[in-house]
Amino acid sequence: MADKLPSEFDVIVIGTGLPESIIAAACSRSGQSVLHVDSRSYYGGNWAGFNFSGLLSWIKEYQEESDVGEEWAAWQELILETEEAIVLRKKDQTVQHVEVICYVRQDSDDPIEKAGAVQKNPVSVMSPGLNDPLDTVDTSCSDTSELPAPHNEPETALEVLEVEVTLEKENQHGYTSCSQSALERDIAEHVPIMEDVANAPKKHWITYSQIVKEGRKFNIDLTSKLLYSRGLLIDLLIKSNVSRYAEFKNVTRILGYQEGNVLQVPCSRADVFNSKKLTMVEKRMLMKFLTFCLDYEQHPDEYKAYEQSTFSEYLKTQKLTPNLRHFVLHSIAMTSETSSNTLDGLRETRNFLQCLGRYGNTPFLFPLYGQGEMPQCFCRMCAVFGGTYCLNHAVQCLVVDKESGKCKAIIDHFGQRISAKYFVVEDSYLSEKTCSNVTYRQISRAVLITDGSILNADSDQHISILTVPPVEPGSAAVRVIELCSSTMTCMKGTYLVHLTCMSLKKTAREDLELVVQKLFTPYAEVELENGEQEKPSLLWALYFNMRDSSGINRDSYNNLPSNMYVCSGPDCFLGNEHAVKQAKTFFQHILPNEEFCPPLPNPEDIVFDGDGVQPEVLVPKPDTAKEVTGQRNPEEHAQE
Amino acid sequence: MHGRLKVKTTEKQAEAKRVEREQKLKLYREATEAIFQKRQEGHLDESVLELTSQILGANPDFATMWNCRREVLMHLETQKSPEEFATLVAAELGFLESCLRVNPKSYGTWHHRCWLLGRLPEPNWTRELELCAKFLEADERNFHCWDYRRFVAQKAAVPPAEELAFTDSLITRNFSNYSSWHYRSCLLPKLQPLPDSQPPGRLPEDILLRELELVQNAFFTDPNDQSAWFYHRWLLGRADPKDAIRCLLVSRNEACLTVCFSRPIIVSPGIETLMLFVDKSPLPVEWRTPDGRNRPNYVWLCDLPTDFFNGQSPQHSFSLMWGEVQKECVLYKGLKESWCQDSATDEQLFRMELSMEKSTVLQSELESCKELQDLEPDNKWCLLTIILLMRALDPLVYEKDTLKYFQALKVADPMRASYLDDLRSKFLMENYILKMEYADVRVLDLSYKDLTLLCHLDQLLLVTHLNLSHNLLRSLPPALAMLRCLEVLQADGNAIESVEGVVNLPRLQELSLCDNRLQHPLALQTLASCPKLSLLSLECNPLCQLEAAPEELRAMLPGVDRILT
Repeated sequence: MADKLPSEFDVIVIGTGLPESIIAAACSRSGQSVLHVDSRSYYGGNWAGFNFSGLLSWIKEYQEESDVGEEWAAWQELILETEEAIVLRKKDQTVQHVEVICYVRQDSDDPIEKAGAVQKNPVSVMSPGLNDPLDTVDTSCSDTSELPAPHNEPETALEVLEVEVTLEKENQHGYTSCSQSALERDIAEHVPIMEDVANAPKKHWITYSQIVKEGRKFNIDLTSKLLYSRGLLIDLLIKSNVSRYAEFKNVTRILGYQEGNVLQVPCSRADVFNSKKLTMVEKRMLMKFLTFCLDYEQHPDEYKAYEQSTFSEYLKTQKLTPNLRHFVLHSIAMTSETSSNTLDGLRETRNFLQCLGRYGNTPFLFPLYGQGEMPQCFCRMCAVFGGTYCLNHAVQCLVVDKESGKCKAIIDHFGQRISAKYFVVEDSYLSEKTCSNVTYRQISRAVLITDGSILNADSDQHISILTVPPVEPGSAAVRVIELCSSTMTCMKGTYLVHLTCMSLKKTAREDLELVVQKLFTPYAEVELENGEQEKPSLLWALYFNMRDSSGINRDSYNNLPSNMYVCSGPDCFLGNEHAVKQAKTFFQHILPNEEFCPPLPNPEDIVFDGDGVQPEVLVPKPDTAKEVTGQRNPEEHAQE
Repeated sequence: MHGRLKVKTTEKQAEAKRVEREQKLKLYREATEAIFQKRQEGHLDESVLELTSQILGANPDFATMWNCRREVLMHLETQKSPEEFATLVAAELGFLESCLRVNPKSYGTWHHRCWLLGRLPEPNWTRELELCAKFLEADERNFHCWDYRRFVAQKAAVPPAEELAFTDSLITRNFSNYSSWHYRSCLLPKLQPLPDSQPPGRLPEDILLRELELVQNAFFTDPNDQSAWFYHRWLLGRADPKDAIRCLLVSRNEACLTVCFSRPIIVSPGIETLMLFVDKSPLPVEWRTPDGRNRPNYVWLCDLPTDFFNGQSPQHSFSLMWGEVQKECVLYKGLKESWCQDSATDEQLFRMELSMEKSTVLQSELESCKELQDLEPDNKWCLLTIILLMRALDPLVYEKDTLKYFQALKVADPMRASYLDDLRSKFLMENYILKMEYADVRVLDLSYKDLTLLCHLDQLLLVTHLNLSHNLLRSLPPALAMLRCLEVLQADGNAIESVEGVVNLPRLQELSLCDNRLQHPLALQTLASCPKLSLLSLECNPLCQLEAAPEELRAMLPGVDRILT
């Protein structure tokens, strides 16, 4: 970015989280010139996803008490007497209590050195230079046996959403799969020898070095969410054609946690039909109740008397067995046993059911390569319509005209003054001065890498969501999302598990560790007697707290200019409804007469100007788009 | 505004669309004309394939175009080398797939594929099965594709177990799938060969039990889905009985032999032939139906030569052969008639063939259906199934319960009230026929039963006294003519308007039709064909109001001694 930026835009958006990105895309689509900047080196802010090494750098950044950097005061000279500045925060403070625990062997990764040390470790039998062949062999096996599953699922998603892999993805994908198959071929030749010699347990041990080595197979989201298949975000993606930039997979299982066991929750008609766990009568009662929930508002007599009681009390009146009540309360409505009332519960249940069956057997979609793709898709849309993108671009301050009280411009870290009509700023950029009256809640998060699914099934490629009810009084319900490797978020043979809950205790680890302990055991390279281990093992864990800046009243911020809008970071909920709603509201303030993200016109209907003066960007061109996303990962770019 | 996308206005769009459509139509018409021209001139070459592919690509339902292609392909097969023709076939298969993608439910396209595959020397059936699987994944209820799959599976001799597993997978995904259930009903009987003694089309018990459980899962999950209930009904149903001669009746007075078959047949050369042996020697006879109509009928009869019974022989033996089936009957000296009949009770005509095990399962089926009915008191399918289960188990034991459920069912499903009345009448008649046979009598009293329909009349060949009074009958149907032994028929207090079934009844002496809806003496014309009718009661019918009625009746029925009006 050697060139100087233009000094004037219609809209300047600071922060590349989901709501900011949607606003940027919407404004750009409506013909506004948009400057979208982020002081970070990556897209998404707290909505971002990282590969493993990217995540390690992110962790480092938050664990280190890095210096804020010397104050560069020259910008103050650019402020006129009739103006005042709203200084933005230098260092992000939305993430705290970052803790990393590594359960796998972390020592040197040279297998030769290991050979004598751990006799049982089949790695020792490997020829030098291939320090993770067992793992790779394993994946190549599962590759063929599991072929149908990963093949079919994206297809169904494809049909409905008309999703395409982005150009960048295709390249990346092509690159990796190509190199991998070469590797696999290489290794395949070694397999028979190895098996002969080892005559060994099939189990292979995963080491830290393997995780690091395959780090690019990981796409680890800071925020763990799913898309309700009839939610606002899906509607927006489809309507605006942004869906073409992403691919999705249907979540395959809804799980429940009861008496220490993880169970699959039958929630669709097909599930109920196929369930072997439910009795005939339970099947009927469950279906009957769920059918009622779909249009509960038409039958007020059924629930009127219970409007004041909790949903769980109400469920007790519904002839449902305790099993079914548990499923409905925790896994379908996903509401709290003690605090949510009947109407909330019914509404959530209905929402769940309405989303069922649109794309598959569960109500949720997960974007391949992670939730972190979502903001980027909208950024790309914005760029295609002429938006300007600058990462690593810090903004010093906003300039406010004293007389009108309106924001006029920003001054960036180069000291350039860029003016605009509207300013959209993500909450984390605001200084303490602006936020002194705001009280934030906290979200507790954990990211785990494990070696097995929390519920083994016919296929090892399941995407599951599990709600664990509060494990003890005073703790919160924890949402667990387990991703398999075909979601392109973790390396083969592992699972990526996201835990999320409202923060009640001091740190995320205190909030979540109990649940982690219930579901997993620490990794140990010991072959258990009698074969199968009950719980999957933890290879690596990360805990952190993230600030929840959703639901904050505009008036809580001090001296906000009327043409400045503050977007919240990720909230604690499963869906993305808040982000989309907020983006839409702000957009409608900025451009009250414009449609929010209208569909792209048919290319044939686009009128090109006769006199040769082409509008800046007309149709989405892959190469323009590539420029934008190309910035994302310089390393990848270099390899292409 | 700067950077703004400019798009055509709606008028411009509409205009552009109109022009485009006109252009399309022009091309379509031109291509159609060109094809017809070439076809008329006998130019059956590749250009026709090209032209028809344009048309069919847009409209795969244009059947003539497919015919055209068939002609061309058949012609080219004789012209081209096998290699060249193989290329053509491959292209044709590809073209068909592209047509199916446009319209996966086009009869023409699937039919053409059937035709093509059927002609190939080495068709790749595996690929066809995969194609079906793909299309059924897109739409699991596409019956065109199911149909084609059955064709392919049959041609490729796919083991029934594999196809069954395929239907399993689709039912698992969505059990509301008539085609899949239906296919199961075709596959299951082929799964295990049954002993010859069993009628074809029945299932071994273990399979039946498994299916019952599966289908029960479906209707507990969604009792309003009909497909599962239909399948359940098939499971409970009886197979078509084996061909049999149910009854052979010889009557000395009428010099007549009457036969009742297990199914309606037409006796006629080339359709069904009967061979009658009397005293071991063949006797050529003329066969006719009781009502004189040449339609499929259970009962056929023939006249025996009048001088036949005057002979010296003390007894006569009659033997009838129908295909491989045979039945014999001996008329002893001094007897007016003689018969040989299979009993409805022995044959379990109106219920399932049950082993102990199966009946326990049906019993538990019944219990769970009752449980379901408690949960869904208004579900008509559940109520109907309870009735069917009760009948399958024991029609007589459950008679009262059945009637109770019929009442509930009529309330739950008022749209089908008349159908249910008829069904109830059928079941009641079955019960009374059973009771009559247990009692071993030839008298049947069906009065005050709210019958709306008469059925199983073929079972009443030997009945001499029949009381149908005080029911809801509207007619005495043609099938009544099968009651060849009937002497007294009471049908008072119904809503009878026509008595066309009272025809050619050789022994009918008394007929009581009081309090019915007979409008005109002409309605009773058929009674003249009953030679022995001597008492006819017609009180309280509209025709009694007609002054000329008594006279007309006497003129029309001169043989009847007493006509009460």
